[in-house]
Amino acid sequence: MTEELTGAEITIRCLQEEGVEYIFGYPGGAVLFIYDELFKQDKVKHILVRHEQAALHAADGYARSSHKVGVALVTSGPGVTNAVTGIATAYMDSIPLVIISGQVPTAAIGQDAFQEVDTVGITRPCVKHNFLVKDITELAATIKKAFFIASSGRPGPVLVDIPKDVTQQKTHFSYPNSIHMRSYNPVTNGNTKQIKKAAELILSAKRPMFYSGGGVILDNAAGVLTELVQLLDYPCTNTLMGLGGFPATDKHSVGMLGMHGTYEANMSMQYCDVLIAVGARFDDRVIGNPKHFYSEDRKIIHIDIDPSSISKRVKVDIPIVGSVSQVLKELIKLIKASKEKTDAIALKEWWKQINLWRERDCLKYDRSSRVIKPQMVIEKLYAITKGDAFITSDVGQHQMWAAQFYPFDKPRRWINSGGLGTMGFGLPSAMGVQFANPTGTVACITGEASIQMCIQELSTCKQYQLPLKIINLNNRYMGMVRQWQEFFHGNRYSESYMDALPDFVKLAESYGHVGMKIEKPGDIEGALKDAFKLKKRLVFLDFITDQTENVFPMVPGGKGLSEMILV
Amino acid sequence: MRHIISLLMENEAGTLSRVAGLFSARGYNIESLNVAPTEDPTLSRMTLVTIGSDEVIEQITKQLNKLIEVVKIIDLTEGDHIERELMLVKVKAIGDGRDEIKRLTDIFRGSIIDVTDKSYTIELTGTSSKLDAFLETIGQGIILETIRTGASGLGRGDRMLKL
Repeated sequence: MTEELTGAEITIRCLQEEGVEYIFGYPGGAVLFIYDELFKQDKVKHILVRHEQAALHAADGYARSSHKVGVALVTSGPGVTNAVTGIATAYMDSIPLVIISGQVPTAAIGQDAFQEVDTVGITRPCVKHNFLVKDITELAATIKKAFFIASSGRPGPVLVDIPKDVTQQKTHFSYPNSIHMRSYNPVTNGNTKQIKKAAELILSAKRPMFYSGGGVILDNAAGVLTELVQLLDYPCTNTLMGLGGFPATDKHSVGMLGMHGTYEANMSMQYCDVLIAVGARFDDRVIGNPKHFYSEDRKIIHIDIDPSSISKRVKVDIPIVGSVSQVLKELIKLIKASKEKTDAIALKEWWKQINLWRERDCLKYDRSSRVIKPQMVIEKLYAITKGDAFITSDVGQHQMWAAQFYPFDKPRRWINSGGLGTMGFGLPSAMGVQFANPTGTVACITGEASIQMCIQELSTCKQYQLPLKIINLNNRYMGMVRQWQEFFHGNRYSESYMDALPDFVKLAESYGHVGMKIEKPGDIEGALKDAFKLKKRLVFLDFITDQTENVFPMVPGGKGLSEMILV
Repeated sequence: MRHIISLLMENEAGTLSRVAGLFSARGYNIESLNVAPTEDPTLSRMTLVTIGSDEVIEQITKQLNKLIEVVKIIDLTEGDHIERELMLVKVKAIGDGRDEIKRLTDIFRGSIIDVTDKSYTIELTGTSSKLDAFLETIGQGIILETIRTGASGLGRGDRMLKL
């Protein structure tokens, strides 16, 4: 006979069974019984954030940097609505999360009870799946399903809404070892025939191009992708979400592509004759105007775990639905065994062309400037951390500069909100990254606008002694908004100026951290060195940067990849 | 083009709103939609009529398949199928018009299922276009009320949507 446990006990036991180390959350009325059970054990450590949005971003950063499922716990009503931004952020980037939310007691549901919100309804469009558990006998199986769904197929956030009375009731507990769902069987292995066709097309290419996205990181396929690209001696570009999926310092890398991608990456993308898209989804920030993209003739192979990502924005010639690591492994086998070889002469010409594009030096900026250039801060950060830090970022110009000037050689080192573009993501996600990688160096590249969206988390960082380094590129503007206003709205800087900023040094100090203000280019390196020497302290580095600096190259909205604005 | 998509789904609360939410969130059209449990009470079967280009329909079926509670999908219009829709129409029926309406109802193989001194209620089953044709024939002027179930359908012969 199994023991009888309360719903709250079952919830915690399930998390223990799943091997959950950390749960990021914020208590409230509907989850009090769950918090009481958390208190009575020490296997699952709870991290108390200062706002539910941060709980989600922290769980998200934890998941992105560790390949584990991130877990968050929030209360009903405002607990959930605060969490929605974080859930949507994870959903857009396919990050595996399980969110446990409290709900008002079953009898009160639909009565407009205190702190009641239709959680399942409000989160439905931004979760992979969600559940409302009305029957305690289904609680354990539901949590098992949640972890299974979140981490399999194309990953994503799964929410389990538990009414308060269910956490009080008792039932026999046994945690299922495995789960079978007749309605959910994600494909894992790619179709052999399609893979064969793809191998033939890859070998026949004259101007080949690999285009690798976040799927490569999510499926831990960076190693196999690198092997395949190097085996073929083909060029490879990474998307914003795919940075680190192929090593940026490898000679085959042409850098990031897209709206702020490199000249060589965008030109190669536009003019290749065989494009191998791996775990990427041809989104609007990547290929620009699809009509313009179509204007050049090329064959496309698209490998993705999600069938609905294929032929959504761009028609492809060889679709392969499957786990990217499995498909890439098969491709390597076939290519190694094939009698056909790559076209060395054509390839040489292609590389010659790419190297000409590289000579355009599209990421150049004024290195002799007397005000701090944000790009230089990132370059120095790269040098001082030896390219081996975990970098989280917020959203805007600083995010693009981080992506351009910090070459990532390893996956899961670059943590940013690519799909939803959530300002406020950087700091809380860095907390999650630090929990997942307690000995790792973690820096958050942010701006004075973004950082203020979740600045309260400096308090959480103090409570848990998280030695993050915050690189604040402070240009007193919402920089990306200002850039668009400069380019497309006649320099009318409508509401993009940040007035009445806090003294970030004092602010950091008031939370018990170290603050530094850096105003001269000559001081960047010294400040960074000093900051990273403080291994046990959070250091807030406030860099006063050039207000007028813009991110280049830029593909304006509605334009094609080869229609970049260059410096 | 018009497509009739049939879905087998887990018979659980909220499944319908997942489907409806998907259509509104992604801007797909729903011409009609109906749903009821099957002979297996754990499963519901939904029939959706939608209009879209081949690319849109491909996305619709892929996105529907992605919903965790959707077990199986078939696009009936991709092959041989039978389509039926039920319609009830209440019409003004006075004087000479009463005979004419009765005749038209017979021609369309419908039946009059409720009679008052001023109105008939007609029941008619058929393809959606047959029902359209009937409404056009009797004319807008005399129609008091119309209710249609939306199309349902099955594949012909061996074409089945079954677990």
